[in-house]
Amino acid sequence: MMNIVFAIIAAVTIAAAVAAMSLRNLVHCALALTVAFAGLAAAYLQLGAEFVGFTQLLVYVGAVAILVVFAILLTRGSEPQQSLVSSGWLAGGLVTIAVLGVLVYAIAKSSVVHRAAPAQPDVTVLQIGEALMNKFVLPLEVVGLLLTAALIGAVIIAMKEEGRK
Amino acid sequence: MNPLAGYLILSAFLFAIGLAGALMRRNAIIVLIGIELMLNAANLNFIAFWRFSDHPETLTGIMFVIFSIGVAAAEAAVGLALIIAIYRHYKTANVDDVNSLKG
Repeated sequence: MMNIVFAIIAAVTIAAAVAAMSLRNLVHCALALTVAFAGLAAAYLQLGAEFVGFTQLLVYVGAVAILVVFAILLTRGSEPQQSLVSSGWLAGGLVTIAVLGVLVYAIAKSSVVHRAAPAQPDVTVLQIGEALMNKFVLPLEVVGLLLTAALIGAVIIAMKEEGRK
Repeated sequence: MNPLAGYLILSAFLFAIGLAGALMRRNAIIVLIGIELMLNAANLNFIAFWRFSDHPETLTGIMFVIFSIGVAAAEAAVGLALIIAIYRHYKTANVDDVNSLKG
């Protein structure tokens, strides 16, 4: 049962990721990317990390996908029909195949994969909140600072350069 | 197949697909999407190893992924703002045409 669910999730996620990287229409790419992110959220739920799964849905399917669609719509137009791939596509493809080969080889050789699944851990949001407020409070504050800086920086970078022209 | 190996293989393929998009496509937005996919593949590895670890009650993997999602969101916002600024300057989002500093 678990294997069938995992196979469906994996197939949908891989297919959506391939579509997001290979389609010509950029809006279709963004939609396929959303499906891939949702598939990953389903994988997190399947692994028993409910909080992370719903965070993934909120942040990626909700926010990042909208940002990507906005960027696509803002940078579209006047782009002539050209080739899909960049000039260095052959080297990039070789590097990709090499990386995939090394990763699969390392996974196949590793002894970690023979580990049996322990009992389903019972993680509540209360536990996560207590960990965030006690043990991980410094990283939490740093991430808050980073998000504030990124917000201000993104607005300043994308702002129109009035009067400079 | 062992469940942990399945998740690791899925993560490896997602990473390779993202890397292929980041290295081979010529549109800057697709390059950024590829980088996001690679970050997500790493997150999946963290969650899988957390689930199959001996002490999942320490929550280390979950915490790392939560912070990683936060950093990735900041990266996406700044990256897309940079792409919009570059598009406004060069009138293109093609990584092959953006090849000069202080242009």
